[in-house]
Amino acid sequence: MKRTFADLHLRLNLKDSATASRIVNKAATLGYGLIAASFLPETRENEKVEVQSICSEAKIDFASRVDIKPRTQEDLTHYLRRLRRRYEVICVACENKEVARKAAKDHRVDLLNFPLLDFRRRFFDRAEAELASKGLAALEIDVRPLLVLEGPARVRLLSNLRREAAIAREFHVPVVVSSGAANESLLRRPRELAALAYLFGLDEVQALEAVSQNPVSIVKRNRQKLSPDFVAPGIRVIKEGKKVEKS
Amino acid sequence: MQVDSDGAPTPKEFMDAVWGAVTKLYGEHGASLTGLALISYNAEEKTAVIRTALAALDIVRASLASITSVASKAAAVHVTAVSGTIKALHEKL
Repeated sequence: MKRTFADLHLRLNLKDSATASRIVNKAATLGYGLIAASFLPETRENEKVEVQSICSEAKIDFASRVDIKPRTQEDLTHYLRRLRRRYEVICVACENKEVARKAAKDHRVDLLNFPLLDFRRRFFDRAEAELASKGLAALEIDVRPLLVLEGPARVRLLSNLRREAAIAREFHVPVVVSSGAANESLLRRPRELAALAYLFGLDEVQALEAVSQNPVSIVKRNRQKLSPDFVAPGIRVIKEGKKVEKS
Repeated sequence: MQVDSDGAPTPKEFMDAVWGAVTKLYGEHGASLTGLALISYNAEEKTAVIRTALAALDIVRASLASITSVASKAAAVHVTAVSGTIKALHEKL
């Protein structure tokens, strides 16, 4: 079966639809079957629809994603209640340990993202991984900083990513590798993203899963949950019967 | 591979970018293991064929993906096919 490749983190400028269109078309040319553009919680529905139409013109599957940056656990719960039914992918930018722990164990969170340059605030340790392994959250790694950074900053980032990828593997937490690209020049083919994942210790199979199976399964799972036929995990309406009338 | 760039880099500029990326990521020792050599370069179509040791394929793939500029112009290098022989490579393309 042909593999579907996905990039769940495109940072499109919604005010510049021409550039957004170029990025989406480029992603389609590079071989992606599914992309997700990140929106803010305040994004209006019409902006989402606009990106959706750009993607359907480019004949590429589109998943809506929201990036939230809660400051406290209560903030996170509030965001999740408000946004879970509106977006197919929810990514939590974990700015502190309290939020990171809550996000890891909450089944409504799909992706955990950590500040890439502030190494003291990368909270993906063994405790976090253990919580994430019991939930549904995956660790997201953007490759953009690997392309943009140079010298000691890149060395430190690679070292951190290698440690986190090893922990994720140990606790069976899925890893999702995304581009995080805001312009065309930082877009890479799926296999090139996988090659970059080799830099932080993923082998070929794991790296290819991180750009195909892992992100695709997140979107598939959430689409099922958002479908009107969904009742509970494992239960869905297949066919509605006739209304029984009381005699 | 396909060079995705605004300008039209010369073969030397292209190979400088490739060597630069390998050396930056893996150092001189790593670069010495790759056995990199330019086989052909088409400046009009911006395509290139390079040779590398099979054992260093992952190193070269990662390095090529990390290229962001060629001759000081924004660029990306996309691998279109990998093959053991040049004949098989042309058949693939």
